[in-house]
Amino acid sequence: MEIKSSSWISKAFWVFQKDIKSELRTRYAFNALVMFAIVTLTAVSFAVGQFSSRPKLISSLFWIVIFFSSMSGLAQVFIKEEESRTVNLLKLVASNESIFLGKLFFNLVLLFLLEIIIIPLFLILLGVGVKSFGLFVSVVILGTIGLVCSTTIIAAIVAKARVKGALFAVLSFPILLPLLVTAIHGTNLAIEGSKFSQGWSELKVLISYCVVIGVGSFLLFDFVWRE
Amino acid sequence: MIWKIFTGFLLSAVIVAVFLMPPPQKALGDVSRIFFFHVPVAWVAVLAFFVSMVNSILFLSRGDMLFDIQAASAARLGFLFCILALITGTIFAKNTWGSFWNWDPRETSLFILILIYGAYFALRSAVEIGERKASLSAVYSILAFLTVPFLVFVVPRVYQSLHPTESVIDSELRFQLPLPYFLIFLCSILGFTLIFIWMHKMEIFLYTIDKQIKKE
Repeated sequence: MEIKSSSWISKAFWVFQKDIKSELRTRYAFNALVMFAIVTLTAVSFAVGQFSSRPKLISSLFWIVIFFSSMSGLAQVFIKEEESRTVNLLKLVASNESIFLGKLFFNLVLLFLLEIIIIPLFLILLGVGVKSFGLFVSVVILGTIGLVCSTTIIAAIVAKARVKGALFAVLSFPILLPLLVTAIHGTNLAIEGSKFSQGWSELKVLISYCVVIGVGSFLLFDFVWRE
Repeated sequence: MIWKIFTGFLLSAVIVAVFLMPPPQKALGDVSRIFFFHVPVAWVAVLAFFVSMVNSILFLSRGDMLFDIQAASAARLGFLFCILALITGTIFAKNTWGSFWNWDPRETSLFILILIYGAYFALRSAVEIGERKASLSAVYSILAFLTVPFLVFVVPRVYQSLHPTESVIDSELRFQLPLPYFLIFLCSILGFTLIFIWMHKMEIFLYTIDKQIKKE
């Protein structure tokens, strides 16, 4: 593979490809994500059973499963760089923006794959009939993008600190709180069968959260990663 | 020096006035006097967060370690004032509505502010190297501030379906406050802000002296 001088977007794609390849070899982060999600889902299903007449409970449990699974698996993308000491080499090859974009995209793909596995299991195990599926899918997609936008930069912060696992959850929760509240509310509306226009205000909040946090973390990443 | 004496007299006058005048809201009785302490303390907690964020931005753009110390000390003081606001708010809630905590929007926002401060201190204690600690905590402070506008919009909407919020009683008190009470309220806010500035300056002063001692 020649290293030619290319734009930062293609460098970002290159970082993303490298992460996907190394992930396919060991599958460490993906296994952590999926196993944690399945364990939590099983625990929830034992506790709640088929009481699908409580859509509020169902939607909050769904986002709890997604949130805690991402806490267990999404910090890996930067921690593995620190542990295998490839940080400096990466900084030499690609600029900070490319690294951030590549890793963000990698986390996004990871979380989408997890959701593709978990959502059918969730709907089957808890016996939930989602009445407006379009709204549900939009809330889940936007919520995932927002979640990944904030957790990627927090993963970069945590990779340089001690006690990484616990600190990641502690730091992420206040930042993710508006996203989680809006996504839970939106999922609740989707399960109850509201029309798209009624859920539009939650979608607006989710979109603005993604944009604000995405741009903010993109600009701030430089300060985390420099040294 | 003069303004410190002025602050001392101002706050003493406020305390005396709050307890000597008849309670502002007759329906609630004596407990409504806490309004003169609770609102200024909560206001200072939010102001401290803002000061910490501004200092974080200054640190990232200029690199002077002093800004980091200022940000951290503002966060410490903000945490203290948050706890005070929580205690006074809980006392008011117990006496007015019968329960200590209700997940009311204002209470929830205060709690989230405490979570943000707690996360900030957890981050600071997890990093040892000074430069790295400063830049990481500055980034986190700015990131946390970015989410605050969302909380302002999101939290009231979700909890709207529950019982009326404190703001009903607050707006009654504030907009219908007769002049003497309004004056006491303004003096109270001014006094607590001056106390925050005083404590902040003291911490910076201690830090600079400490640095000079370590140099020699």
